[in-house]
Amino acid sequence: MGDTRGGCCPPMDLFRSETMQLVQLIIPMESARLTVYYLGKLGLLQFKDLNSDKSPFQRTYAGQIKKCGEMARTLRFFKEQMLKAGVSPSAKSVEETEIDVDDLEVKLAELEAELTEMNANGEKLQRSYNELVEYKIVLRKAGDFFPSAQHSATARQREMELNQMVEESIETPLLQEQGTSTDLSKQVKLGFVTGLVSRGKSMAFERILFRATRGNVFLEQVPIEAPITDPVSGEKMEKNVFMVFYSGERAKNKILKICDAFGANRYPFAEDCGKQALMISEVSGKISELKSTIDAGLLHRDHLLRTISDQFEQWNLKVKKEKSIHHTLNMLSLDVTKKCLVAEAWSPVFATKQIQDVLQRASVDSNSQVGAIFQVLHTRESPPTYFRTNKFTSAFQEIVDAYGVAKYQEANPGVYTIVTFPFLFAVMFGDWGHGICLLLATLFFIIREKKLSSQKLGDITEMTFGGRYVIMMMSLFSIYTGFIYNECFSVAFDLFAPSAYACRDLSCRDAYSIGLIKVRDTYPFGVDPAWHGTRSELPFLNSLKMKMSILLGVAQMNLGILLSYSNATFFGNSLNIWFQFIPQMIFLNSLFGYLSLLIIVKWCTGSQADLYHIMIYMFLSPTDELGDNQLFPYQKTVQLVLLLLALVSVPWMLLPKPFLLKKRHENRHQGQSYTQVQGTDDALSEAKHDSHGHGHEEFEFSEVFVHQLIHTIEFVLGAVSNTASYLRLWALSLAHSQLSIVFYEKVLLLAWGYNNMVILVVGIIIFIFATVGVLLIMETLSAFLHALRLHWVEFQNKFYEGDGYKFYPFSFILIDDEDY
Amino acid sequence: MYGFEAMTFNIHGGYLEAIVRGHRAGLFTAADYNNLCQCETLDDIKMHLSATEYGPYLQNEPSPLHTTTIVEKCTLKLVDEYKHMLCQATEPLSTFLEYITYGHMIDNVVLIVTGTLHERDVQELLEKCHPLGMFDSIATLAVAQNMRELYRLVLVDTPLAPYFSECITSEDLDDMNIEIMRNTLYKAYLEDFYKFCQKLGGATAEIMSDLLAFEADRRAVNITINSIGTELTRDDRRKLYSNFGLLYPYGHEELAVCEDIDQVRGAMEKYPPYQSIFSKLSYGESQMLDKAFYEEEVKRLCLAFEQQFHYGVFFAYMRLREQEIRNLMWISECVAQNQKSRVHDSVVFIF
Repeated sequence: MGDTRGGCCPPMDLFRSETMQLVQLIIPMESARLTVYYLGKLGLLQFKDLNSDKSPFQRTYAGQIKKCGEMARTLRFFKEQMLKAGVSPSAKSVEETEIDVDDLEVKLAELEAELTEMNANGEKLQRSYNELVEYKIVLRKAGDFFPSAQHSATARQREMELNQMVEESIETPLLQEQGTSTDLSKQVKLGFVTGLVSRGKSMAFERILFRATRGNVFLEQVPIEAPITDPVSGEKMEKNVFMVFYSGERAKNKILKICDAFGANRYPFAEDCGKQALMISEVSGKISELKSTIDAGLLHRDHLLRTISDQFEQWNLKVKKEKSIHHTLNMLSLDVTKKCLVAEAWSPVFATKQIQDVLQRASVDSNSQVGAIFQVLHTRESPPTYFRTNKFTSAFQEIVDAYGVAKYQEANPGVYTIVTFPFLFAVMFGDWGHGICLLLATLFFIIREKKLSSQKLGDITEMTFGGRYVIMMMSLFSIYTGFIYNECFSVAFDLFAPSAYACRDLSCRDAYSIGLIKVRDTYPFGVDPAWHGTRSELPFLNSLKMKMSILLGVAQMNLGILLSYSNATFFGNSLNIWFQFIPQMIFLNSLFGYLSLLIIVKWCTGSQADLYHIMIYMFLSPTDELGDNQLFPYQKTVQLVLLLLALVSVPWMLLPKPFLLKKRHENRHQGQSYTQVQGTDDALSEAKHDSHGHGHEEFEFSEVFVHQLIHTIEFVLGAVSNTASYLRLWALSLAHSQLSIVFYEKVLLLAWGYNNMVILVVGIIIFIFATVGVLLIMETLSAFLHALRLHWVEFQNKFYEGDGYKFYPFSFILIDDEDY
Repeated sequence: MYGFEAMTFNIHGGYLEAIVRGHRAGLFTAADYNNLCQCETLDDIKMHLSATEYGPYLQNEPSPLHTTTIVEKCTLKLVDEYKHMLCQATEPLSTFLEYITYGHMIDNVVLIVTGTLHERDVQELLEKCHPLGMFDSIATLAVAQNMRELYRLVLVDTPLAPYFSECITSEDLDDMNIEIMRNTLYKAYLEDFYKFCQKLGGATAEIMSDLLAFEADRRAVNITINSIGTELTRDDRRKLYSNFGLLYPYGHEELAVCEDIDQVRGAMEKYPPYQSIFSKLSYGESQMLDKAFYEEEVKRLCLAFEQQFHYGVFFAYMRLREQEIRNLMWISECVAQNQKSRVHDSVVFIF
C-alpha cells in the first residue's frame, strides 16, 4: 500500500479498487453487433448511456428490441404450454450452436402458429367433448329424478291453481267453472328445461327464477359428485343438474334468459324413458369417438412441445443475449455520418489488452474494412468501484458494500474485515463445542457448493449459503477463542496440561474457603480449568474479558485512523495528514491508548492499582498524588503531558483545516485568470462532463467550518463512546457463556440427577433443541449483528467514505441470472 | 375525534395506506405523458408501458395491439390492486372501499339496461362493463322489463337496493327514464357515501366531504347542461341534484331555472372555487367544460395525499388511476387513428 497511484505499481487487489479508465470506442456500423456480443462475453465494460434524453422507442435499435420482446413473448407462451402439458424444458447444458436471430424469429413464429392452431382445434374438440360429457350426466341424473319431479311439479301446479281459484272465488265466483276447465289445459302445457349450473351460483339461480316467475316454477337440483370441466371456460368446477318446470311462453322466455345470464348450459331431454336410453347410448358412442380424436391430437401436440423443449433453453438464452446486446447498442450514440457508433464505457485498466484483442477479433470476424477505434478519455467524473473478488472474499466485500460502496480507490475495509469480522464475532461466541457444530454445518454447504449453487434455495438458506465462507471463518475463530475461554458447551477441559492449581490436602475441605495452591507452571493456553465453577470465576473472567475488549477496540480504532492516513497519502491530501490524522492519533492514544498501556502494565506486574480511579482522577485532579495506584515511576508527569496533548489536539483538529482551505481557495481564485488560456484544449472534454467536477467552484466558509466542527465533536465524543461500545464484546460473551451454563446445568445435569431413562432422554432432547435454537442460531445472529455494528460504526467511521458506485459491467454471465 | 387519528389509525389502516401511497408513486408523471405523446404506433406505447408498472400486464400480448386491449389490461391492473386492498382491509375501511365501486355498479346497470333496450347481445355488453362494478347476477338485468322488475329481480340483492326506493315505477324502460334513474341512483349513492364519511369522522370526513361535494356539484352542472332543451321539468331537474355540496341549496335553485349555458355560467361564477373553472372557458362554450372539471378534480385528488391518516387517499388513488387510464385510452386512440395533433385535447396531467 502506501503512496502508490495509477497503473504504475503492482496490483493492490483488494486493498484498493481497480484503476479504471473511461474509454471511447468507435465501432463501424457493420461490426457493431458482433463487437458488442464479444464484449458481452468478456464482461469487463460498463457502458454509459449516451442517449438518456431519448425515450426507449426513439433509439436506434428500438425495432430489434421489439423483435426480441416478441420472441421472448413467444418463448413464454411455449413455456406456459409446456407447463400445462407437463413437459419440462431439458436442462442439458446449452452448447453454443450459432443460430441466426432472423432465422430464429421465423422459426419461433412458425412454431407458435402451429401450436395455436393445434390448440384451437383441440379446444374445439375438447369443448364438444365436454358438452357431451355434461349432456350424458344430465341424461343420467335427470332420468333418475325426472318422474318423481314431474309428479310433484304437476301436483304443485294443481295446488297453486286451486289456491288461485279460492282467491278468485271471492271476487268472481261465476268464473269458477271456467277456472277448472283451464286447469286441465294448463296442466298439459307444463314444459321443462334441463341443464347444468355451477354450484356456487345455484342458490342465486334458484332465487332469481323464483322471483322472475313469482314462484310459478318447480325447480329440482341434484349435485354432481365429481367436478366436471365447463365447456366454455375449460375449467374444472362443481355443478348441479337442474330441471325447471314451468307453464306458459313468457315464463319460458324468462327462464331461458336467466339460464343464459347464469352461464347454465341447457340440454334437450326426452320425457320418454326409451328415448332417454337411446340418447344415452348415442352420446356415449360420440364421446368415445371424440376421445380417440382428442388423444391423437394431444399426442401430436406433445410431440411438438417435446421438440420445442429440447431447444427451449438455448433459444431463451439466445433471445436474452440478443436483447441485452441491443439494449447496449441503444446506449451508444450514432455518429453524424451514421456509419459508426460511438460508445463510452468504464473499464479496468488491466483489461485494455483484452478489449483491444476482442475489438480486433470482431472486426476480422465480421469482415469489416475498418477496425474499431479504442481510445482512453480523460474525465473528472468519478469512476466506478471494482474489486476483483473470488468466492471467498466476495461475501466479506458484501458486508462492507452493504454499508456503502467504497469511493473510487479508497482504502477498502473489506480486506481487514476478512480477519477482524470473524474474530470479533468469535470473541462474543467463544465456545469450541458450539464452534465445531457451526463448522460442521458450514462444511456441509462448502462441500456441496457446486450442487447447491446451481439450484434455487429458500430465502434464509440462500443467505446462509452466500455467507458460507464467512461462517466458516467465524466458526474457526470461535473454536480458537473457545480454547482460550476453555469452554465446550460451558464445560472446561484440561486439554493442554493438567491444571496449575490443586487442593491443599486430600479432603479438599477448604477449596472454596481459603482457596487452592499453585502446584505447577501456569496453564499453557487459555484459562485454567480450575477456575471453572469457582465463586471467583465470574469476577475473574469479567475483568479479563472487559480489559481484552478495550484492548481490541483501541487496536481496531487505531487501525481505522491509520487507514485514514493511507487514504490521505494516496490522494495526496496533506491537510488531512497534518490536521486530521495526527491530532486524532494523539487524542485517541493519549486517553485510551494510555488506558490500554495501563492494562498491559497491570497484567505484567500483577499490581493492585485501580484503573478506574486512575482514569477518572486523571481528568478531575491531574495534579494529585497517585498513591497506591502508581504503576510506574513519573506516572503523574506522563499523565499531565498526555492530558495536555489531548486538550491541544481538539482545537488542532477543529481550527486550522477550514482556514487553510479558505486560503487555498482564494489563491486558486486569484490564479484563475492566468490559467484560462492554457485550459482551452481541455475545454471540449470538460464541457462534455460539465455536470460534475466543479466541486471547488463554490466555497462557503461557514459550511466548511460547521462541517469540521461536527467532525471534531463526533470524533472527540466518539472516542469515548466507541471505546465503551467495544465493551459489547465482553457483554455478549458473558451472556453466551452464562446461557450455555444454564442449559447445561439446569437441563442436562438436572435430568441426569434423576437416574431415570425417560427424564434423561427428555432432558437431552430439550438440551439439544435449546443449544441449536438459542445458542447456535439466535446467538450467532446476535453476535453477527454486533460484529457488523462494530465494523460499520466504530471501525469504518474513522476513515471510510463509502459514497462510490459499483462497477456493473455488461456481461452475459450476469444476464443469465436475471429473469425477464 | 379529529386530530387523534394518528394514535390509532395505523393499527388497521397503516399497512394499506402505505400500499396505496406506494401505488400512487407509480402514477405517470408529465415526463411519461410526454414520452407517450411522442409514440408513433401502439407498439411504441406498449414498449413505453413495459417499463412502467403496467409492464407485466401487457408483456404477454401478441403484437398487433388494439386500444381496447391496452385499456383492458390497464384496468385489470387497477382491479387487481383494488382487490388486494379490499382483501386486506378491515371495517370500516372495507365498507369505504366498497362504496368506491358503487358508482361503477350504477353505470353498469344503466349500460346493460340500455343495451338490452336496444337489443344488443348480453355477452357483448358484459364485456363493456367496468370490472369494478360487477356483481353476481348482473347478466340477469336483461330479463327486466320495467323499473319495478329491475329492482325486484336483481338489484334487491345488491348494495344499490336502498338507492332504488325513489325510482320504483311501473313505467316501461326508455332512454329518458333510464337516464333519470341513473341520476337518481347517483344522487342517492353520493348522499349515502357522504353520510357514511361523516359518520367516520375525523380527517376522512373532512377530506371526503370536500371531494364528494365537488363530485355532487359537477354532476349538478352536467345534469343542468344535459337537460337544457329536454322535456325535463324544473322541479324534476331540481330533484336530481344531491342534497349537499357547495351549491346546495341556493345554487341549485338557480341552476334549476337555467335555460342556456351562459345562465349556468352566471350561476356558477358566484362560487369562487368554480369561478376559475369557468373563467378558462369562453362564453357559450361547453365542450371544454368536462376537461376543466377533470383538471380541477385531479388537483383536489392530489391534495388528498398531502394529509395522513385518512381514507380519502384510497378514493383519490382509484380516481387518479381511472383518470390515467382515460388518458392512456385517449392517447392510444389518437395514435391509432393518426390524430396526434389532438393528443393534448383531452389528456389531464396528474403531476
